[in-house]
Amino acid sequence: MSAIIISAIWGVVMMFGGVFLKKSSSPKYWAIAGIIILLIANVMEFFGWQFFNIDTHGMVRFDNFTLVFNTVAFACTLLYFLLNGRDIEKVGNGNNISEYFALIFFVLCGVAISSSFKTLLMLFLGIEIMSIPLYILTGSDKRNLKSNEASLKYFLMGAFSTGIMLMGIAFIYGGNNLASFYIDNLQLGNGTLPVMVGAGLVMLVVSMSFKVSAAPFHFWTPDVYDGAPTVFTSFMATIVKVAGFIAFIRLFQSSFGVIQSQWQGLIVIITAATLLIGNLTAVFQQSVKRMLAYSSIAQAGFMMLALFALNDTAKEGLILYAAAYSLASIGLFAILARMQDYTIEGFNGLGQRQPVLAITATVFLLSLTGIPLTAGFTAKFYMLLAAVKNGHQLWLVIFAVLCAAISAYYYFKIIQAIYFKEPTENINHQIDVNRRFEWLLIIVAGLIVLLGVLPGLLVDWLYY
Amino acid sequence: MEIKWYIFLSLALFCIGIVGVLTRRNAIIIFMCIELMLNSVNLLLVAFSKMHLSGVAAQFPTLASDAQIFVFFIMVVAAAEVSVGLAIIIMMYRNTHSVDINFLNRLKN
Repeated sequence: MSAIIISAIWGVVMMFGGVFLKKSSSPKYWAIAGIIILLIANVMEFFGWQFFNIDTHGMVRFDNFTLVFNTVAFACTLLYFLLNGRDIEKVGNGNNISEYFALIFFVLCGVAISSSFKTLLMLFLGIEIMSIPLYILTGSDKRNLKSNEASLKYFLMGAFSTGIMLMGIAFIYGGNNLASFYIDNLQLGNGTLPVMVGAGLVMLVVSMSFKVSAAPFHFWTPDVYDGAPTVFTSFMATIVKVAGFIAFIRLFQSSFGVIQSQWQGLIVIITAATLLIGNLTAVFQQSVKRMLAYSSIAQAGFMMLALFALNDTAKEGLILYAAAYSLASIGLFAILARMQDYTIEGFNGLGQRQPVLAITATVFLLSLTGIPLTAGFTAKFYMLLAAVKNGHQLWLVIFAVLCAAISAYYYFKIIQAIYFKEPTENINHQIDVNRRFEWLLIIVAGLIVLLGVLPGLLVDWLYY
Repeated sequence: MEIKWYIFLSLALFCIGIVGVLTRRNAIIIFMCIELMLNSVNLLLVAFSKMHLSGVAAQFPTLASDAQIFVFFIMVVAAAEVSVGLAIIIMMYRNTHSVDINFLNRLKN
């Protein structure tokens, strides 16, 4: 509960801070202070110290899964602020810095709601509170036509999928016998699915697939991620997307879990299509930023496996995947945001010019591929294990492994450019980094290796 | 009146909205079509609420009124979306002097 309240209050504080904080670097420190408070409050709630005790009639519930995920999300946001703080200050001529941070805090409020909801109303509100600030952040580079276009496209697609989600919710409400929005209370266990609930279920799947950019509803993703300012792409491709998955699995596990056999086929098709389309199109990209957008679709395919499996291993895997994927992508985007040239050639010879950046980027790329000893490997392993434990459709597991093999091609192409190619002439290679940035990257890479060796450090908290 | 007529009406409105979003080229009109979709949901929720009130939830009137409260939330969120969406459209208009989404092709390659 404290996560929702503190993040909303801190968002308002940051927004008013924009009027009073004249010095351009101070909003960053306020934001870092806020996220640390948020993190501490969340951890304290995990150990039973509640600041706020509000009766929500069971509409939100903070269980272990929620609290562990929120801790991961806030810790990633803290690293994101530390790594990207200076780049956020540069977006849009640096006029509205504290507003950007305020919007990020509002997104975190949405993340907390959509990972703790127990009614469809809270699901809707959480998803919307998460998306609406992102429409603004996407278009924050106001003079840039690409940013405008990305923002408008994201907004129209997001609002459209919201409409579909609401129609699904209305049908589920009309079809179930208890006249209830509570997801534990839909009573679908007896025999066949009523037609109206079935239609509502399909609509919910479609709209949630839009939000987490699963194929065939992924087409907005590359354009939006490419057009948005790189620092904000980093945020929405990682924390927000993972929160969408947490909402997805929470919804399906507690409400429709009992009738899984009736909708599993739909999820199988979406998963397979997402894995295939994401990986195949990523192979052909020239721009690293756009390639990362497609690779985020491919990674979404792996996270869809949790939804397919829907058991305890899947939940552990999703938490682990959230941490592994967020850390690696945040690190990679932070490096990318400092570079002048976003094409793969821009990485040529990075190993000679910036050895620390090169080695950490390599760790991030290896983790995204899923090489052992990195967190990406254990996360993928948990996902596949969950799918095997589920016992149906074993070909999907084999297919996922093959797709992971395809992904090695385009991730390793960057590693190859970093170490085995000579730097191209006549480009201004000046990458502006300082010691602190390098140390932070080393910490992120160290966390990835640590989670790769000892995944229990994170997963065991689910059973605390 | 039977519930099915309400379902037909709101589904018809919803489909008009979807077709409008998919076929029209003007950003403002697409936006209006999205609003139409949201409002058809509002209509349906209120109709279902009344249906449950006279049916399964007759002895729990507070349960059935949940949907009517939901409608208020949808209205509020839609208003927030309008304010953001119109701001985005105006931002685009200032840069391109057009609200035609055929303009949205710079990112394709």
